[in-house]
Amino acid sequence: MGTEVNEMEFTTTANGIRLPIYMDNHATTPMDPRVLEEMLPYFVEKFGNSASRNHPFGWVAEAAVETARERIAKLIGATAKEIIFTSGATESNNLAIKGVAEMYREKGNHIITEVTEHKAVLDTCKRLEKYGYRVTYLPVQKDGLIDLEDLKRAMDDKTILVSIMAANNEIGILQPIEEIGKLCHERGVLFHTDAVQAVGKVPIDVNKMNIDLASITAHKIYGPKGVGALYVRRKNPRVQLSPLIDGGGHERGMRSGTLNVPGIVGLGKACAIASEEMAKEACKLAGLRNRLRDRIMGRLDETYINGSMEHRLPGNLNISFAYVEGESLLMGINDIAVSSGSACTSATLEPSYVLKALGTGDDLAHSSIRFGLGRFNTEAEVDYVADRLVDTVTRLRELSPLYEMAKEGIDLKSVKWAAEPAGH
Amino acid sequence: MAYSDKVLDHYSNPRNVGSMDKASTDVGTGLVGAPECGDVMKLQIKVNPLTNVIEDAKFKTFGCGSAIASSSLATEWVKGKTIDEALQIKNTEIVKELALPPVKIHCSVLAEDAIRAAIGDWKKKQGVGVTAEMAAK
Repeated sequence: MGTEVNEMEFTTTANGIRLPIYMDNHATTPMDPRVLEEMLPYFVEKFGNSASRNHPFGWVAEAAVETARERIAKLIGATAKEIIFTSGATESNNLAIKGVAEMYREKGNHIITEVTEHKAVLDTCKRLEKYGYRVTYLPVQKDGLIDLEDLKRAMDDKTILVSIMAANNEIGILQPIEEIGKLCHERGVLFHTDAVQAVGKVPIDVNKMNIDLASITAHKIYGPKGVGALYVRRKNPRVQLSPLIDGGGHERGMRSGTLNVPGIVGLGKACAIASEEMAKEACKLAGLRNRLRDRIMGRLDETYINGSMEHRLPGNLNISFAYVEGESLLMGINDIAVSSGSACTSATLEPSYVLKALGTGDDLAHSSIRFGLGRFNTEAEVDYVADRLVDTVTRLRELSPLYEMAKEGIDLKSVKWAAEPAGH
Repeated sequence: MAYSDKVLDHYSNPRNVGSMDKASTDVGTGLVGAPECGDVMKLQIKVNPLTNVIEDAKFKTFGCGSAIASSSLATEWVKGKTIDEALQIKNTEIVKELALPPVKIHCSVLAEDAIRAAIGDWKKKQGVGVTAEMAAK
């Protein structure tokens, strides 16, 4: 829907909370001022091309890029040479999957992924199907986790790649990456993980977890948009990729194009901060998240958490509020930035495919809200959000014929609903 | 997402929210949409059997802001109209009044359906009522 809003307008409540509150940190995160500070010299003063080998402008840029490479590698237990810079997670996912598919075509044509992956993985796999690859889309269980037995059964002698995300962007579910990696290595199958939501939030160790390829992006970890990385294992096994972009042979020939030096510096700094602060921050976020959950669910009946609470990112909460439609709920809390699995908030007019994959009914998928807590959220904000939510859900339930029917004891599943109106 | 001021007004201050006794012979109830589709509207009318004038209307809606606004507006519009006049209300008029964008047109269609369903229910009751009375005589 079109919008003509060009400026952010903030107001402050009596008790000092700035509105609107940002609690959509799975979509993107604000930049950490420390990241911006580190990037600034690389726009005007240290503007060199890191591929320029014969003058100090290039050397300074190259040194900055190599520092960033080391910082990223350190966060995931890799070596600097295994980090390839890209424009972001979508490119990293494309490069990993298409790059392996083309390079290992003679070995096999089978790829395994799961139904709750990000579209950057699913649509990449769908394209490969058009070129003769076979793709298995593993289902997930009610808690959002894949069944490792399903993965074992899906593998055959033509399987070249397994791509399973580390943390889901909607429900924050953490897949058993270490077990998946072990299975893949036992079978000699490469393992790619879209680790965009997990890196910097929960520990990732590419060796311990037998990860061969991992997608990373800066803007989910308080860095700039438009820059990401792909971890590509260099030994045991040495992973080779066909490039998506041909050109000057940058990044060991896997990704040509002049490097986005300021962006890379930002990504490096974001990773350095995460290495230092991740453990403490995870505790803080889990505390805030649980407080939010308790203050909402303690005061409202018929609210449901989507996915496992145990295997979940510390900052994620995804709740369905039965009998209330997600978009109208978002409208009622318009001073809070969160997102919904409701069809009305998506371009496709379909409710969230991730929630559907968990077996959540369409009705509850329409009623879901995703909260993404981040580094800069406070306890006061959490309390404000919980109060606003409880008030709005209560008000909308007063308005909801479904809530009224449920309270009258009518089983909504047994009601024969009128046919769809035209044009839906 | 940009909502029109009128949608925001109906969403914040919905008119005629509530329920009437659906068993009453002068009340017609329309329940349209489905929870899986994200929209359910219940619209009720109370009709004067002598004049066929809709004397009161109530609604409850599960749905997006545009669905709530469409049904709220529908109750405002049907009040004071005769049954025949109320049947003339078109979804396109709701679209125009609320400045609904194309993706929200189905909300207005649902509101028109709800009006028709409520009137249909009332008419059915009158038919049944008359038959019962005749049978008693």
